[in-house]
Amino acid sequence: MMCRLLLALLVVLPLHAAEVRVFAAASLTDALTEIARDYENRSSDKVVFNFGASSILARQIEAGAPADLFLSADEEKMNALVARKLIDPRTRVSVLSNKLVIVVPRRGGKSITDPRQLAQPRIRSIALAEPSSVPAGIYAKKYLQSLGIWSAVAKKIVPTDNVRAALAAVVAGNVDAAIVYRTDARISKAVRVVHEVMNGPRISYPFAVVADAEQPRAARRLLAHLRSQSARDTFARYGFDVIQ
Amino acid sequence: MSSNEWAILGLTLRTAALATLLIVPPGLAIAWLLARRRWRGKSLVETLVALPLVMPPVATGLILLQLLGRRGPVGGWLHRTFDFDIVFTWRAVVIAMMVMSFPLFVRAARVAFEEVNPRLEQIARTLGAHEWRVFVTITLPLAARGVLSGLLLAFARAIGEFGATILVAGNIPGRTQTLSLAIYNFVQLGRDADAFRLLVVAVVIAFAAVWITEAFLRRRA
Repeated sequence: MMCRLLLALLVVLPLHAAEVRVFAAASLTDALTEIARDYENRSSDKVVFNFGASSILARQIEAGAPADLFLSADEEKMNALVARKLIDPRTRVSVLSNKLVIVVPRRGGKSITDPRQLAQPRIRSIALAEPSSVPAGIYAKKYLQSLGIWSAVAKKIVPTDNVRAALAAVVAGNVDAAIVYRTDARISKAVRVVHEVMNGPRISYPFAVVADAEQPRAARRLLAHLRSQSARDTFARYGFDVIQ
Repeated sequence: MSSNEWAILGLTLRTAALATLLIVPPGLAIAWLLARRRWRGKSLVETLVALPLVMPPVATGLILLQLLGRRGPVGGWLHRTFDFDIVFTWRAVVIAMMVMSFPLFVRAARVAFEEVNPRLEQIARTLGAHEWRVFVTITLPLAARGVLSGLLLAFARAIGEFGATILVAGNIPGRTQTLSLAIYNFVQLGRDADAFRLLVVAVVIAFAAVWITEAFLRRRA
């Protein structure tokens, strides 16, 4: 009896619950996980995440990885996929922005009172997401270039797979500083924000449904939810700037 | 190959060579103790030495990161006392390589020592030779081929090290980016052509190492 019931459940469930596979920028991890938990309570759909550097996710989508929704941390990665007709451009929206911050270890970290001090020899290592491909790293590099200190700091950059790995290097105290998003810095008590970048490069998170999504309708439903007031509130609570 | 790629190859060969050299003295000592002596805790040491061979390299890397990080027991002490860093430097690359190739070298050397006829050592002893002299003039020369092939295997393993290295040394171009890390990085960046060129280099090195090792062992047979 029990077996039959389980079997019946297994057969019936997929009909109602679509599984939406979301490829999302690593910086969205905590906010999105909370929003998805809330969404799953209200809807019959399930959300499955693949978090990582947007550049790596874009590469995976190019290579045919099964994705329904792509949430990128910069417009360029989305543009590249649109150009290759891998994205449904009509679904594309950008509602989130973010800020860069400089963080140091809270315990035993060196003091930085001005961002240009990153160029000083006493700051030996600075973790950044990989600065030639990963959005957070590209933004950070642009910012350091705008300060005129990129060539001075280039040698002490420790490039990481994604922005959260840069944060983790500061949390562990293994680098002197990192440039991450404000939202990343907020999730860790082990780091101290020494500077918030006010006029840095413009950061924008485009969302869109993948062209050959297996669950395009469920993906659109989730996308609509991400633009809802409750999702916006959650994003704002995690420190994102929500474009109204 | 571009100058950048030569630099990657150079860094890889230098760190791997240093790592291989550094494991020779402790490797020979442990291999000899395992092959020729009975002692308490022998099986424990045997297991510990083999561990990096079977553990996920990333797990080994995590242990090293905890030990050598600026807040770890070893790395923390070095950082506080000498303002000296290991993680995210070339030293971490060498240490990761050493830990990962150590078991290969010890295994090969141990087998080589065990194959030396103990009677020859006994004869040397009856002629008045000390243990050290027996080792240097009898055991080691007779085991030389096995030891050398183990050395080559260890070197090849060091060149290919990835999982532990990326955790403790990061993937820093020009400083800690070895051949395997560079291949990974190029693939991530979508620079497949560059990745393939390094892939060919890796295959050539691996082929040469295995081929020379086999040649050594064949000559003995």
